[in-house]
Amino acid sequence: MEDLSFQHQVRARADGTRQSALVGVVASGNLEVLVERVLPDAQCSVVVRTAAVGFGDVWTAVVDDFVERFSPGGLKFSINDGGARPDTVSLRLAQAVRLIAENGQ
Amino acid sequence: MTLDEIIASLFPDGHQIRKDGGVIAGSAKLRAGGRMLVIGVTDRTALGVDEALRLSRHVLESIDRDTGPILVLVDSDSQRMSKRDELLGLNEFLAHLAKVLIHADMHGRPTIGILYGHSAAGALLATGLATRVLVGLPGASPAVMDLPSMAKVTKLSMEALEEKAESTPVFAPGLSNLEQMGAIHMIWSDAAPLVDQLEALLADMPAVNDRRDALGKARGGRPKAADIVERVRDLALQIR
Amino acid sequence: MIATKDIAPAERARSTSFNEASARTRLELLLDAGSLVEFIGPEQREISPHLKIFDLPEQFDDGIVIGHGRLDGAPVFVAAQEGRFMGGAFGEVHGAKLTGLLRAAREIGTIPVLILFDTGGVRLQEANAGELAIAEIMRAVMEARNAGVKIIGLIGGRSGCYGGGGLIAGCCSALAVSEPGRIAVSGPEVIETNRGVEEFDSRDRALVWRTMGGKHRRLLGAADVFADDTVQDFREAALELIGSIGAFDLDRLKAEQVRLADRLRRFGACEDAIDIWTAEGIAHAEAVPELPADQFIALANRIGRASRDAR
Repeated sequence: MEDLSFQHQVRARADGTRQSALVGVVASGNLEVLVERVLPDAQCSVVVRTAAVGFGDVWTAVVDDFVERFSPGGLKFSINDGGARPDTVSLRLAQAVRLIAENGQ
Repeated sequence: MTLDEIIASLFPDGHQIRKDGGVIAGSAKLRAGGRMLVIGVTDRTALGVDEALRLSRHVLESIDRDTGPILVLVDSDSQRMSKRDELLGLNEFLAHLAKVLIHADMHGRPTIGILYGHSAAGALLATGLATRVLVGLPGASPAVMDLPSMAKVTKLSMEALEEKAESTPVFAPGLSNLEQMGAIHMIWSDAAPLVDQLEALLADMPAVNDRRDALGKARGGRPKAADIVERVRDLALQIR
Repeated sequence: MIATKDIAPAERARSTSFNEASARTRLELLLDAGSLVEFIGPEQREISPHLKIFDLPEQFDDGIVIGHGRLDGAPVFVAAQEGRFMGGAFGEVHGAKLTGLLRAAREIGTIPVLILFDTGGVRLQEANAGELAIAEIMRAVMEARNAGVKIIGLIGGRSGCYGGGGLIAGCCSALAVSEPGRIAVSGPEVIETNRGVEEFDSRDRALVWRTMGGKHRRLLGAADVFADDTVQDFREAALELIGSIGAFDLDRLKAEQVRLADRLRRFGACEDAIDIWTAEGIAHAEAVPELPADQFIALANRIGRASRDAR
């Protein structure tokens, strides 16, 4: 297993009032993303535990792109990864932002 | 110890215990007075639909007729792995045996299991692990999962597994590992008469509620189970 | 918070495959809309303490969602296994969550428990803790039933209901099963590995389905209700069973002894599920696997055995 951590300053706070949301499951080629509204509005963090060791550069690129596109301010993303491809990671991150953007608890 | 030696040491005052096709059934005289129903699996027999149904019948027939505690002797293989057993619903037969034992224990017929040989998987769940107190005898060799099968599934070498097994009781076979989990309540000595140890246990049976999670925590085998159980229970009770 | 707005969005539930949905989606659509409240959710990060020994990834909920919600306005406790995480297998934390839920249900006595099984059995990497967790759950199920709690198993997940999961299912008050919901103790591969391909060819999928699958279990009386593979069908099955389960007592165990002995006597010499179905009076038994759900349900209601007074 490999642990990775990314911190970003972002333009704007993410929409919605939900405090947390979860998408995906941990399986081969899949991952779960837990997103929590726990950071100051201008910050975003992504913490990864991955079964695929040695792909730090790919993760950096995927996370940079995600943060640029969605500006997920105030959100902490915690990821358990079973070795998903980059496009699957991007999809789950986007799903997580959409889910927490809903109103509710 | 052999089954005959164990029975002789447990019941010096006499017994009527029959052995038939790997299934044990009968009763025995307790030294302190009264009788004890005895069932079990011996000779490392696999527990299939036929064996399980004979054992549950023996317990059910005694419910209305007798009083006193129930002993379950265990030296089994795992559940019988066959097309016929699964076709007929082996899960129901094994569950039924466990249900009958648990029901008896909750209604005045305290159950004690003695694991004296092998056992595994579904057979252990339906017998020893369905009793209130599970005793291990020295030399017993339970194996929920054997290491060669584990090596195959985890793609780890036997050496790597054996090395890991030394630092944790959580997956490797063996009596002391199951004891640390809280599954085996106590290990008796085979140097002293078993009747003394049986009478001491019967005179001081633990309460009927399941405390194996607390045992596993106290023995360091299961660091989280007891606390998780309690937290969920507390949260769920709040919805009343 | 009652009334019609809390009824599950039936259309979504009707168009969602139970088999393909995640544990969370199953619960969300099975229960009245928005009523699920989870206990020890993923944000608590109560992960397995043992998987790191094997350098394996953890899941924040350890593969099981537990909580409470409402079904047609009435409170229920729920547990749903995620069959895609480690095959839905029972580990220390996974099992302890269900044990805690059942112990609370026992103390309350009146709130039914729905268990959405999706499991291969014991989690190999923590086999001893998982085996014991299953024993504790079986005990907790029986103690809760003894206190009057109705415990219903819903079986239709990708991992089926195998190993110790099959034994827990056998302890429940009643079961609903769909065609893909296999119930057994030893899995096909386990039988083949231990006994040879002559005993059981695990690659013969038709053999697997007709020996362990939902249709056979329903005809045998191992499951009480056959559900089509949608979340809405399982919701309706759960409601039907909650409404029909009788009290648990010693007579029920005696009836179960008779029921199982009768099964052994009638079918003990059958070599295949088709022989059993034929012995039950089904004219074209070999066609049963191909029957659409509605036709099969009609057949099962006419011929299939039930276990209402047993179990």
